[in-house]
Amino acid sequence: MLSRRIIACLDVKDGKVVKGVRFRDHIVMGDIVELALRYRDEGADELVFYDITASPQNRTVERAWVERVAREIDIPFCVAGGIRSVADARAVLHAGADKISINSPALERLQLIDELADAFGVQCVVVGIDSLRDADGEWRVRQYTGDPERMHALARHTLDWIEEAQRRGAGEIVLNCMGSDGVRAGYDIVQLRAARAVCSVPLIASGGAGVREHFRDVFLEADVDGALAASVFHSGALAIAGLKQWLDRQGVVVRT
Amino acid sequence: MSVVLVDSGGANIGSVLYALQRLGVEATLTSDATTIRAADRVILPGVGAAAPAMARLRASGLVEVLRGLTQPVLGVCLGMQLLCTHSEEGGVDCLGVIDAPVLKLDATAGVRVPHMGWNKVTAVAAHPLCAGAAGAGWAYFVHSYAVPLCKATLATCEHGARFSAAIGRGNFMGVQYHPERSAAMGAAILGNFLGQIAA
Repeated sequence: MLSRRIIACLDVKDGKVVKGVRFRDHIVMGDIVELALRYRDEGADELVFYDITASPQNRTVERAWVERVAREIDIPFCVAGGIRSVADARAVLHAGADKISINSPALERLQLIDELADAFGVQCVVVGIDSLRDADGEWRVRQYTGDPERMHALARHTLDWIEEAQRRGAGEIVLNCMGSDGVRAGYDIVQLRAARAVCSVPLIASGGAGVREHFRDVFLEADVDGALAASVFHSGALAIAGLKQWLDRQGVVVRT
Repeated sequence: MSVVLVDSGGANIGSVLYALQRLGVEATLTSDATTIRAADRVILPGVGAAAPAMARLRASGLVEVLRGLTQPVLGVCLGMQLLCTHSEEGGVDCLGVIDAPVLKLDATAGVRVPHMGWNKVTAVAAHPLCAGAAGAGWAYFVHSYAVPLCKATLATCEHGARFSAAIGRGNFMGVQYHPERSAAMGAAILGNFLGQIAA
């Protein structure tokens, strides 16, 4: 039976892993390769690397560190950051990434999802979505969230975007629930459950993990395929190996 | 020992090369027929779709070269599917060295396609490829098409229905999962392929 994935996310800025609270105020958490190796050894099921300033700075993710990480780790890893074309994606995959994740560039040009899926297959194409509930109670998409100066709200509804991204060839959706990001009060179960209802490809929850119960709840209540977290792992507040053993006892199928 | 990776146009060749390096083997990425024929081990990697991959092999004149190999050959993911007779993906004829079809995975309630993530693999045949730690454990899968259970099945996995996680016939072998990204189990199966299987 397919296991639920625990995914460690490394937000990278200027070659270092950083942490932000609600996507702002980044502080350095450590070295990319060191953290990647630590999570590999602790039993993380996947790593995600976001070059968070690539899109706002209008450049592509740093290939050199994609290659450094790819040489070292033997678990899947997904790379995101300013991938705007098939050529950009090919370069990142050649450097050793297993999947590419696109967010702001897909919103700039929707056709990018179709092009990447045609070139590499849907299983290679992850669409990341940053979503926030607006004052009117609707979830809408945010763009350029890596840079507070450039971040802006779109008229696009989150659930509509999830459906369109799948139609165009997204093989996986990562939903970053910005309202809960970095504050460790739990995943946004309500939003993720709504997303699950319209998402037939793997769905990854992101934003809000603080304690092990949050992982259990998001798997059992929102039926997501994976749960992504960053600061709770970087800080050592939760060790991945212990978390997975506990989840296993709680009836969540995990790789142990 | 010389190991070649057949360049079938797949994009993420890097991770397979690095996995072999971690096992102390420098593999060569090539589409040259002479180099491929002369290698001790041939790995056919693949990410992408079956039809463009077969078109690329045909354009490189490699279809007959690969069919005629007598040394151990390992297909990985799409590479394993290319060893089979025919793929539903694009309705394309493949290399046909293993007598099995490649069919789309059925998406039903709770069974999402692509099958992406870690799943349990169990060997069902005594075969050197699946010896030791490669016989059972968690492996990383990313695919939408699969080889059903057949005579060549060496190991199985379940996602909705059971399918072949590893196949083999003679010198041709394949794994549906990604050994380069399957932690200890992946290293074990690559080690078996490189080491224990006599050329």
